[in-house]
Amino acid sequence: MDRTIRRGRTRTWPRWHRSLWYHGAFYLQTWRASVISTFLFPLLYLASMGLGVGHLVSAHTGLVEGRSYLRFVAPGLLAITAMNLGESESMWPVLGAVKWVRTYHAAVATPLEPEDIVLGKLAWVGVRLFFTGVVLTITIAFFGALNSWWALTLPLLAVLIGLAFAAPLMAFASTRESDASFTSIYRFLIIPMFLFSATFYPMSQYPGYLRPVVQLMPLYHGVALARSAAFGHAEVGSMVLHLTVLGGMLFLGLRSAKKNLRRRLAS
Amino acid sequence: MTSDSLLSARGLVKQFGNFRAVDGIDVSIERGESFGFLGPNGAGKTSTMRMISAVSQPTAGEIRIFGLNPVSHGPEIRARLGVVPQEDTLELELSVMNNLLMFGRYFDIPRKVIRQRATELLEFAQLSDRADDKCDNLSGGMKRRLTIARSLLNQPELLILDEPTTGLDPQARHLLWDRLYRLKRDGVTLIITTHYMDEAEQLCDRLVVMDQGRIVAEGAPRALIEQYSTREVLELRFGAEGQEPYVDRISEYAERVEVLPDRLLLYVHDGDEVLRAVHATGATPESALVRRSSLEDVFLRLTGRTLVD
Repeated sequence: MDRTIRRGRTRTWPRWHRSLWYHGAFYLQTWRASVISTFLFPLLYLASMGLGVGHLVSAHTGLVEGRSYLRFVAPGLLAITAMNLGESESMWPVLGAVKWVRTYHAAVATPLEPEDIVLGKLAWVGVRLFFTGVVLTITIAFFGALNSWWALTLPLLAVLIGLAFAAPLMAFASTRESDASFTSIYRFLIIPMFLFSATFYPMSQYPGYLRPVVQLMPLYHGVALARSAAFGHAEVGSMVLHLTVLGGMLFLGLRSAKKNLRRRLAS
Repeated sequence: MTSDSLLSARGLVKQFGNFRAVDGIDVSIERGESFGFLGPNGAGKTSTMRMISAVSQPTAGEIRIFGLNPVSHGPEIRARLGVVPQEDTLELELSVMNNLLMFGRYFDIPRKVIRQRATELLEFAQLSDRADDKCDNLSGGMKRRLTIARSLLNQPELLILDEPTTGLDPQARHLLWDRLYRLKRDGVTLIITTHYMDEAEQLCDRLVVMDQGRIVAEGAPRALIEQYSTREVLELRFGAEGQEPYVDRISEYAERVEVLPDRLLLYVHDGDEVLRAVHATGATPESALVRRSSLEDVFLRLTGRTLVD
């Protein structure tokens, strides 16, 4: 008896699709505002950093890790875009849905369980990450900054990187009563990671004692993965480490997002 | 628990930390009935609603909805329920129509069916001409009606409404009441929480009064009035001289006297007769009003006049 009950609760795969469709349909109604930030910003960065700064770099130091600056920086921008999409989808929208407009409360009054909402929401963010990854990969290829078939994995890496941030931040946002802490997350986590995850210059620029600190930044692992895929060379050991860090964030984030959202909506 | 009850609960408890929001209640609601939960703020109404809508689990006790246990069959039960929460919880950025179309996805209703029902429900909620408007632009009453329309998308057998008319103007309230009558006539079982006594008298066949997490009275509105109040109430106001000198003299004529700062309430069978007797004692009230006892009298007697915030 007890066993069937538990199985009935966790076997949610048919239902979370409804939440995925809901989020997808919602996006189709309201997509215009987000397109600019998702696609135009990375493109502008690529143009300004890759071409502008890249020109300066090549005039002074020539190549970065054996590549033009544009080639070097492009995969990092993909990782940053994935992080930004994951993070922006899982803070204010989630707090709004549990606190302000309370649409998640409306959803749990239907057959959906809180866990279905978490899975549907993150699945939808994953879908968006994938398509954003595809568009960015094509763009980067257009700039001539790819030189490996491994680059075809970039959209999947975008999904992993974005969700590695989205899941824990969704877990966090579902416990909040106000958005006050979100600003701190930007100031002390997102922006430092954006700047210092070996995104705009290689790890070799850091003094040895700072490198472990950089390695603690989740985005660093995303940047490293994207760069390896774009260039088509990697050490197995460090790939495993990067994938484990991001996969672990996703796994733990997903677990606590389910737990926290259940506590928030169904207690 | 009778087996044909649509909903039955026994010994229901909801505890949040040290606070016991619901403290052991028993209810049984029959199919087709319209049932009210009354009580002051903080009486435990909303916590009870959340348990009987199979959203939150009871700390102790047992519930059966459609004969099913919500702890193990939450999704199955909720598929057959409609819930109108205290706040509207609409997607404000979407159009009125899209609010319905999208919500239907949660019930896995085929798209064609949702569209047809949504069109009918907008008609029912008198919102057809606003179908393409952004939800944010609707008035409070319209949003409320849209929330009710949304709760009917899955053609629920049981509709649970948590303070459906709070904050609405009288026109909007009466329109809502009218829609709820229609649903009741169509055989939908209604569960309503409210702290408007006139609403409860209008809508509920049977109700319970809750206070501090417990049920303090149960019955049909008329029966409760008979049981806890008198047929009529005589309200007396005295002028500058004050009412104190008269209280003792008058109280023997009433079954119960309530002394309020500005007036006396005499609970009596025949108000006019008692008023004549009051005049005969030489008391000269500035104004006197005879009215029928209402559910509000019952409510105030049971839950007190003190504000609990």
